[in-house]
Amino acid sequence: MAGSKTHDYHILPPDIVPLATTAGALMFTTGMVLYMHKMPGGAFVPWLGMAVLLASMFSWFSKIIKEAHAGDHTPVVQLHQRYGMILFIASEVMFFVGWFWAFFDFSLFPSELAESVAGQWPPKAIEAVMDPFDLPLLNTLILLCSGTTVTWAHHALIHGDRDGLKKGLWATILLGVLFTGIQAFEYANAPFPFGANTYGSAFYMATGFHGFHVLMGTIMLIVCLVRAYRGDFTPRQHFGFEAAAWYWHFVDVVWLFLFVAVYVWGGWGYPTH
Amino acid sequence: MATTADHFQGHVDDHHGHADHDHKPSFFARWFMSTNHKDIGTMYLVFAIFAGVIGGAVSGIMRAELMHPGIQYLGMVASFFGDDASDFNATLHMWNVLITAHGLIMVFFVVMPATIGGFGNWFVPLMIGAPDMAFPRMNNISFWLTFAGFCSLMMSAFVPGGLGNGAGTGWTVYAPLSTYGSTGPAVDFGIFALHLAGAGSIMGAINLITTIFNMRAPGMTMHKMPLFAWSVLVTAFLLLLSLPVLAAAITMLLTDRNFGTTFFDPAGGGDPVLYQHLFWFFGHPEVYIMILPAFGMISQIISTFSKKPVFGYLGMAYAMVAIGVVGFIVWAHHMYTTGLSVNTKMYFTAATMVIAVPTGIKIFSWIATMWGGSLEFKSPMVWALGFIFLFTVGGVTGVVLANGGVDDVLHDTYYVVAHFHYVLSLGAVTALFAGFYYWFPKMSGRMHSEFLAHVHFWIFFIGVNLIFFPMHFLGLQGMPRRYPDYAEAYTHWNQVATIGYMIMAVSIVVWFLNIVYAFTAGKRAEGNYWGEGATTLEWTLSSPPPFHQFETLPVIEDGAHH
Repeated sequence: MAGSKTHDYHILPPDIVPLATTAGALMFTTGMVLYMHKMPGGAFVPWLGMAVLLASMFSWFSKIIKEAHAGDHTPVVQLHQRYGMILFIASEVMFFVGWFWAFFDFSLFPSELAESVAGQWPPKAIEAVMDPFDLPLLNTLILLCSGTTVTWAHHALIHGDRDGLKKGLWATILLGVLFTGIQAFEYANAPFPFGANTYGSAFYMATGFHGFHVLMGTIMLIVCLVRAYRGDFTPRQHFGFEAAAWYWHFVDVVWLFLFVAVYVWGGWGYPTH
Repeated sequence: MATTADHFQGHVDDHHGHADHDHKPSFFARWFMSTNHKDIGTMYLVFAIFAGVIGGAVSGIMRAELMHPGIQYLGMVASFFGDDASDFNATLHMWNVLITAHGLIMVFFVVMPATIGGFGNWFVPLMIGAPDMAFPRMNNISFWLTFAGFCSLMMSAFVPGGLGNGAGTGWTVYAPLSTYGSTGPAVDFGIFALHLAGAGSIMGAINLITTIFNMRAPGMTMHKMPLFAWSVLVTAFLLLLSLPVLAAAITMLLTDRNFGTTFFDPAGGGDPVLYQHLFWFFGHPEVYIMILPAFGMISQIISTFSKKPVFGYLGMAYAMVAIGVVGFIVWAHHMYTTGLSVNTKMYFTAATMVIAVPTGIKIFSWIATMWGGSLEFKSPMVWALGFIFLFTVGGVTGVVLANGGVDDVLHDTYYVVAHFHYVLSLGAVTALFAGFYYWFPKMSGRMHSEFLAHVHFWIFFIGVNLIFFPMHFLGLQGMPRRYPDYAEAYTHWNQVATIGYMIMAVSIVVWFLNIVYAFTAGKRAEGNYWGEGATTLEWTLSSPPPFHQFETLPVIEDGAHH
C-alpha cells in the first residue's frame, strides 16, 4: 500500500473488523455462560453475539474478495493463503485427535466400575447401535461422491468451463446438504440418547463436530457458487475455491475415520437398530 | 479497500524521499484497528505487562498469606470478590481461585503474549527482512482474542464457582473438581477464556509460520535465519498442534458440566485421567512454547555481547526442533501418581531424560559462544547470564523429577513448585527482561539507564532466588502445594520466601522507573546502539524503525552468516 514499496507483499490499511469479530466472539461466549446457567440475558445474548460474529466474518471475507479483485493477491500472497489454509486444516486435524482419543480410551478400556458400561463396548446400557451398513454407509458414499463432484468443478474451472463449475458445485452442495439431512434423521431416530454414558458422549460429540464442519464446508461451497455466478475465479487464480475444496476433502477424510472406527469397528457384532 | 489505499498511497508518495516519511494513522485507527506488526507487538507487550502486574499482585497476596501458618488475609480477599466473609469454606476457596488465576494469567496472558505476541511480532519480520506479517489483519484479531480471553477470566472472579466466587480449579482445570466440584458459572467463564485465547494463539501460530516460510528476504535461507526466528518457528508449530487438543478437552469439560455428557464422569463410564492425558498432551508442549522463544532471545544476546556468531548454529537450531518434537511424547511425566503402569512410567521417564540432551546442547553452545569472545557486560548480557544459571538450576531439578520413582515422593510438593518456577518464572521471565533491555531502545527510540537495568537485575536475581530456592527444601521436607495453611515446622523457609518476594517487588519498581527515565530523559537511540556484535537485520534500521520498513527488500549475500 505504501507508495514507495517495491515488493509484492500485501500491506493492509487499519481495519476495525478484527476488533468487531472479537467483540462478537466474547459476547457469544459470555452469552453462553448466561444461557447455561439460566441467568438474565441467556435467551438473547448468545444470538446477539453470534449475529455480530457472523456479520463481522461476512465483512472480513468480503474485503478479502474485493482485495483479490483489486490485484492485491500477488503470487506470493496467494502462497501465504495456501500455507495458511494448510496450517488451519492441520490444527483442525489435531482437534479431532482429541475426540478420537476419548473414543478409543472408552472403547479399548471400557469402565468396569460404571454399571451402565460394565466393562463392555458398546456399554451395557446401550441396547442397540446404528447399523453401519445402512444409512451410515450411504452417507459414506454420498461424501465420497461429493469429493469427486468438487474435483469435477475444479477441473471445469481450470479448463474455463463455467457451466461445469456451477454444475459441479451445485452437485457437491446438494450432496453435502443430503449428508447433513441424513445425519439429522439418524440422530432423531438413534437407539441411544445424547450423553448419559461414554457411548452417547463420544459418539455424538465426535460425529456432531464432524457434522458442524460439514456445515461450515457447505457454507464455503455456497459462497463459491455465488461467486461463480457473479463471474469470480479465473482458470489461473481461484484460491477461494481451492481452499473450500481442500476443506471439503478434509471433512471427507475425518468421516472415513469416524465411519471405520466409530460406526463399523466400534459397534461390531452388536445388535443394530 | 481501493479508496482508502489510494488515498493513503498518494499521501505517502508526497513525502517520498524524506528520511522518516512515516505516515501513522490517527490514534484510534492506530491502536484499535492496527495491521502493523510493530504496533500489534507493542500492544501485546503493554498487555503482558498489565496482566503481569495483576498476576504478580496475586502471588503477592499468596506470599503474604504464607508468611505465617494459619489463615490471615484470605477472608479479606474473599469478601472483596463478594463472598460472605464469615464463610470459612468460601475463604479457603479463594486460595484455589488465587492459584488458578496466577497460573492462567502468567502462562496465557503474560509469558505467551510477551514472548510470541510481543517480541515475536516485533522482531521476526525485522530479522528475516520482511515488511510485515503474512496476514496483518489476522495478526490484529490474535491480539484482541487474547485480550477477550483475559476479560472472560476476569469476569469469572465475580461469579460463583465452587464453594465461593471465582474459578478454583488450578490452571490445569482437572475434572472432577472442574465439573461437579465447581458447578457455578465461574469455571465456564474460565473455559471460554481458554477457548478465546487459544483461538487467538492458533491464528498467531499460522501467521508466524507462514511469515517465516514465505517472507524471508532474498538470499536468507532457512540455515541463515537468526535463531530467534527459528525458536519462534518451532514454538508456532507446537502451538498449532497442541492447542486444538486442549480445545477438545475443555469442550468435553463444558459439555460434561452443562449438557450431560460423561467424558470425565466415572458414573457414566468416563475417565478423569483421560482429561489429564488430553490436558498434558497440550500442557507439556506448552512449557516449551513458553521457553523456546526465550532460548532464541538468549542466543541473539549472547552472540551480540560476545561479538561472535553463535557456536554450533545448526546444532542450536535443530536442538530446538528436537526439543519440540520430543516434547510431544513425554506428557505423562506430569501424571506419575495417577496409577500409570510401571512400564508406562519407565517409558515416560526415559523419553523425558532424552530432552536433557538437546537442552544440554543449548546450554553448552551458549557457553562455547562466550569462550574466547570479546565480552561486554551490558544489561541484556547480564540478564542472559542470569537466565543460563537459573534455567540450568530448573533443568537439573527437572531431571530429578523426570524419574517416575522419585516423583512418587515429590509429586505435588513445593519441590515441583520450585522446579517449574526456576524454568519459567526465573527462566522465561528473566529472558523476557533480557530481551526487553536488548530491544527496548530499538522499539521506543530511547535508551534506558544501564545503571538502573543492572540494579534491577541484581535485586530481582536475589529476590527470586530467595523466593524459590527455599521451596526445594520445603518440598523435600514434604510440604504440599496448593494449601493456604501449613504446619509450623515449615514457617522458616516460608518467611524467607515471602521476604524474597518483597525484594523482587522492589526490582519491578526499579524497572518501571527505568522505563519512565527512558521516556523522559533517555538519550535518543541510534540504529545499532550495541555496536559491531549486533549483526541481525533489525540493527540496519533506525530506532524506532519506520512505520513500514523494508519497502525495498534487503538482499542477503552468499557469504553472510546468520
